[in-house]
Amino acid sequence: MSMVIDWELILQHSPALIVAIPLLGAFLTPLIGRIGPKVRNGFVVLIALVTSFFVFLLSNDILTNGSIRTYVFGGGKPLINNRFAIRILFEVDGLNAFMIIIGAILVLVAVIYSLKYMKEYTGLDKFYTLLLLMSVGMFGMMMTGDMFNLFVFLEITSIAASALIAFWTSKGKSVYAGLKYMVISTIGALFILFAIAILYSQYNALNMAVLASSIQYSFLDKIAFVLLIAGLAMKAGIAPMHMWMPDAYGRAPASISILLVGATQASLYALFRVTFTLYGNNLTAILKHIELDLLGNSIEFDITLNGVLGILFIALAVITIIIGVIMALKQTDFKRLIAFAAVAEMGYMLLAIGAAITTIGGIDPETGAMIIPAQGLMALKGGIFHILNDALDIGLLFLVAGAVYYATKETSLNKLGGLARNMKYTTVFFFIGLFAVAGMPPMNGFASKLMIYESTYLINPILAIVAILCSILLLAMFIKVLHSVFLGPKIPKFKGVKEVPKTMLFAMAIIACIIIFIGLFPNIVVENIVTPATEALHNFSNYIGGILI
Amino acid sequence: MIYNIPYVAVVALILIGLYTVVFKRNLIKIVIGITLIESGVNLFLITLGYRENSIAPIHTSSSQGSIMSLPIPQALTLTSIVIGVAVLALMLSLIVHIYRHYGTLNVTKIRGDEE
Amino acid sequence: MSGMSKIVKTITNIAFPFIIIYGLYIIAHGHLTPGGGFQGGAVVASGLAMIVVAYGSIWTIGKVKEKHLSVFESIGALGFISLAFLGLIFGTMFFNNYLVKNDILFGKDAIIGGTVNFNSAGIIPLMNFAVGLKVIAGLFAIVLIMAYATSRKEAVK
Repeated sequence: MSMVIDWELILQHSPALIVAIPLLGAFLTPLIGRIGPKVRNGFVVLIALVTSFFVFLLSNDILTNGSIRTYVFGGGKPLINNRFAIRILFEVDGLNAFMIIIGAILVLVAVIYSLKYMKEYTGLDKFYTLLLLMSVGMFGMMMTGDMFNLFVFLEITSIAASALIAFWTSKGKSVYAGLKYMVISTIGALFILFAIAILYSQYNALNMAVLASSIQYSFLDKIAFVLLIAGLAMKAGIAPMHMWMPDAYGRAPASISILLVGATQASLYALFRVTFTLYGNNLTAILKHIELDLLGNSIEFDITLNGVLGILFIALAVITIIIGVIMALKQTDFKRLIAFAAVAEMGYMLLAIGAAITTIGGIDPETGAMIIPAQGLMALKGGIFHILNDALDIGLLFLVAGAVYYATKETSLNKLGGLARNMKYTTVFFFIGLFAVAGMPPMNGFASKLMIYESTYLINPILAIVAILCSILLLAMFIKVLHSVFLGPKIPKFKGVKEVPKTMLFAMAIIACIIIFIGLFPNIVVENIVTPATEALHNFSNYIGGILI
Repeated sequence: MIYNIPYVAVVALILIGLYTVVFKRNLIKIVIGITLIESGVNLFLITLGYRENSIAPIHTSSSQGSIMSLPIPQALTLTSIVIGVAVLALMLSLIVHIYRHYGTLNVTKIRGDEE
Repeated sequence: MSGMSKIVKTITNIAFPFIIIYGLYIIAHGHLTPGGGFQGGAVVASGLAMIVVAYGSIWTIGKVKEKHLSVFESIGALGFISLAFLGLIFGTMFFNNYLVKNDILFGKDAIIGGTVNFNSAGIIPLMNFAVGLKVIAGLFAIVLIMAYATSRKEAVK
């Protein structure tokens, strides 16, 4: 009997299966958990593996063919009677495929790491249920093509993440960090819902592609734009709304910190999607036409929307980087220091995209793409490439901090020391993570940060100088952490410290191997994965045309 | 003019809610402020669907020859209310834990109690 | 928390069945009149919260074990997601309404201006039942456990 697998049928249904299979797993976990802990652990790893398989299958098809797949829930056409754009649909193009690859790697590593890391705590049924629900929210946010659906998945992710941050309920600090995260997430999400209501009342459409083709830049649209940027930046941890990040990252269990990085980057992706695709047609709108008369010469220039927006993004990003690095220098808690480094890294991504926005020339009327010069395109590629690298680097550092806490039950830098002789593999992984975050060759951080430095130097030299200086400060800070945690004389209290269990080492090794692979062959990754994502971002008319099929 | 009163109420609710979240010191009052902002946004969503002299949007009763109010904002508001219930339940459970651990509900005392 | 006086308990005994029947009516007729899974489930959960207030949380948690509520919640959730997956197997897409065309279960059409027919609208009434069961179990569990947790006078510092 020959089994012919219909790949086309599986590919057609895979956007829904990526969200439906973890949902089914999350609802089955409490029932399967009654059988025994080992069966439940195996079931959760199986669900994560099946979801990752579907993610890699779908991304491989989209990134090699350059097509857009839409999936309308409930069958039929995306528009009811060709007029009402209110159906729930998933629309997967190059940028979405890039983001779900990151999400799949983070979910798989978090599940494998949690098997031994959380073994001696009770209530693990609820932990794995919430972890699978949070992954449902992340994948839904990265793939959806409908504005209200984005809000619903954003709230699912926030609620599951807040409950997971507060998982260690015997410590008061974790519960307080969870409450702080929930309050700020809810306020940001309510701003986003207000903006969605304004857009719906004007154009009678909730679909992102239909909204993108029909937004005229009226006064209410400007209000909606401001509210959307404020709400999504609040969720992405951009200064001055970054105050929840050190508490939430620093007091959660280590496998939840690595998933929170994924959730924060999904919010940053939503910000880029709103800016480039929803308001893409109006991004070069002229706000004010200024005519000056200086010394007999008359100068006239236009203030355009993308100029103001780019300068705003660059200013916020520079403040984020500087605050992140300076506050990290004086921390004495291991995980809180890495959390501030994560704040600074989000600033790097926004800096690259903001610099690219300022260089947009106009809109090409034939192909419907934006006209970007070469340095702007390289800044765009560098920013998007840095999303992938930052998730892997900061994730590896959080896993190392979790391993140190698992072995010694101690997180303060003053009390740790001399662990390199007992925990050899963990020290090696910390070396790799250190070089990757600081942007040293041959790790992946060097490739993306070099693109950011080069492109921002061509746009404005001061930005590149600030970026390079802060990278050097990050390197110095992490060398100090390396010396105080791993090197140095042995402390008698830690004499019996052993190496962490093998599944935790295996999870860290997966990420370290991907980091070294991207660091040694960045051209393969940039050509095959980053370039289709960048093209999907600045050819925004392809997204609008995706639903007419 | 009378049809603008719900929008004035929306802005008033959101501003009072924001004031409560930012300036009050008790944790329960901060949660009440979030509920106020959410009530304001829900009221805004449901007001968008009103049309003058319309009947309820039930499919089998439209033979009377009049226009119906929009049903889509009703579905969006219902989803938002459900999410609000879940968020409220989670925040109150976390506050029960915090009170059991710190003994106080004052934000300045809790913030001064940690590093 | 302890219960209230005998007058309150008597009135609760009288009013409780009416509230439950009203809530179940709202759940069952969700595809014809305003209402549905969440709305009816919230009404039933209010009736059950009335029981918690009148009789005390310690008595109620002795009668209703928390494990049974968790099983009800899981059954409701699994029913919902299984109906969605059956749309993939029997129909064309995920969440497809595959029962609306046949005459077996809930298949007749709803005509504009016609008579109201309970036997219509496909898988929507079944999904209303699943969501209603989950909301009843979930909201009752939240109210019960919060009332029980605040009645224990422990302060761990």
